[in-house]
Amino acid sequence: MGKTFAEKVLARKAGLSEAVPGQIVEVTPDLGMSHDNTAAIRRIFAKLGLDRVKEPERFVVILDHVVPAAQVQYAENHKDIREFVREQGIRFYDVGRGICHQVVVEEGLARPGDLILGADSHTTTYGALGAFSAGIGRSEMAALWATSKLWLKVPSTIRIELYGRLPELITAKDVILYLIGKLGADGALYRSVEFAGPLVEGMSISERLVLSNMAAEMGAKNGYIAPDEVTFEYLKGRVEGDYEPIYPDPDANYEEVLRFDLSDLSPQVACPHTVDNVVPIEEVAGKRVDQVLLGTCTGGRLADLRLALEVMGGRPVAEGVRMLVLPASREVYVKAAEEGLLKKFAEAGALVLNPGCGPCLGAHQGVLAPGEVCLSTSNRNFKGRMGSPEAEIYLASPAVAGATAVTGEICDPRSLS
Amino acid sequence: MIIQGRALVVGNDVDTDAIIPARYLVTTDPAELGRHCLEGLDPGFPERIRPGDILVAGENFGCGSSREHAVLALKGAGIKCVVAKSFARIFFRNATNLGFPLVECPGLGDVNEGDRLSVDLGKGLMRDLTSGRVFEAIPLPDFILGILDAGGLIPWAKRRGHGA
Repeated sequence: MGKTFAEKVLARKAGLSEAVPGQIVEVTPDLGMSHDNTAAIRRIFAKLGLDRVKEPERFVVILDHVVPAAQVQYAENHKDIREFVREQGIRFYDVGRGICHQVVVEEGLARPGDLILGADSHTTTYGALGAFSAGIGRSEMAALWATSKLWLKVPSTIRIELYGRLPELITAKDVILYLIGKLGADGALYRSVEFAGPLVEGMSISERLVLSNMAAEMGAKNGYIAPDEVTFEYLKGRVEGDYEPIYPDPDANYEEVLRFDLSDLSPQVACPHTVDNVVPIEEVAGKRVDQVLLGTCTGGRLADLRLALEVMGGRPVAEGVRMLVLPASREVYVKAAEEGLLKKFAEAGALVLNPGCGPCLGAHQGVLAPGEVCLSTSNRNFKGRMGSPEAEIYLASPAVAGATAVTGEICDPRSLS
Repeated sequence: MIIQGRALVVGNDVDTDAIIPARYLVTTDPAELGRHCLEGLDPGFPERIRPGDILVAGENFGCGSSREHAVLALKGAGIKCVVAKSFARIFFRNATNLGFPLVECPGLGDVNEGDRLSVDLGKGLMRDLTSGRVFEAIPLPDFILGILDAGGLIPWAKRRGHGA
């Protein structure tokens, strides 16, 4: 019987000839990633009584969660982190470089066949490049700093094959919201997901990253997409050295194979307060909003900004609506500036903010008051996520965000063209 | 290892923002976090918790953000363990690695708030002493029990000779 991607990659990283679902293996990741939480990880690491990170070259730290610091406590944490990475010789990206999941990809730190563990639940993102990447906790990162090793349970795998051709203005965000709605927030719990099929093969890296990122919202451990010419082309000039892609066997033993034809997909919206509470836009169109968030690791890439502006079509942001635009990284910010996109957003009345996670996690830069409604391109709409527990968050694509910003109500972008 | 306590009942898909909202993440003090435990679910929830309680949940407990604060908040509030139909995977890892026991009972039936519960971690059993019902739990592999026994991943790593 053939092997899934997860079984193959975990066997390789554990130095075993094979691995089977349920088995616990000890692996050495190629990369360990942490962000603003590095300050807390450092405090846990200190309890081990060690002075040095065993293999600093295996790690990266990227400040993105509350940047620039919004309170003294955050500023102290950032200061602490800068001191730590300097002293340990760990690769570091300071505030303004971008959201960790975009920076890792842009900097070529995630390669096909790599094993990446990150102290962030959306670490699944790098599966889009053919890596096995999964989220872990802080104590685990501290243990990794000390030992370069961590335990993982080999997951069983669900293969999701996507067919058809997406209609105009329908994006990867609509695809993944639709799938999460179908499978549920625990539909892939503890499991590895492989996204495949012609529809996925036809997607750009930007789109694939959204699928893998939000695999986490169906409970998945990782979300793999087989690397192909699109991947190799993207990595040219970004990745140093060779890498070794890993592919599942054609006769791999899947727990389940799901097939969807998405040729008739309409814009999808996740309603409060869970990501799997998904409806086609027709059911929520017309809902008044107070804020539109265009950005984050699932909606702040160059293609997302372009799409939102295209849908806005030169119209101003609606009266009474705050539109926040956060490019996902400095690279995206600079290109968006060169293309004149940031100017167009500003002229439309939007507020262009610095690259970072921004209000997605409710710490700063646009938190919500009780009773307010936000339409966001981010990946979570939990109660209280963006501020008041009495606020409502609707998740949708950048196209829906653009349409909603100019009409002031949740709006089908196809109705504006 | 046997844990006894009073049942405190919540539903499905309780996420880590509900367990501890992001505005409290500025601290890692379990006592402080514990004062806001499950406040995202209901602002009055912290007052319902008594030290020694056992939290009973449905599917996918602890989904969402990877914040370890969620485990610290539960510990800080004095909750002894969580029994659920299933757990989100990072939450499961975090709890294990912080030495906080989780009991996964896929066939968990109705438990009433306030029932007296007795959980046997070694045998993988949960008894509702009030209703007399017994639920089977998924037994934990020795590797995981070893980490719990050491009190978490950091003490476990020390025990294995890492650290000074």
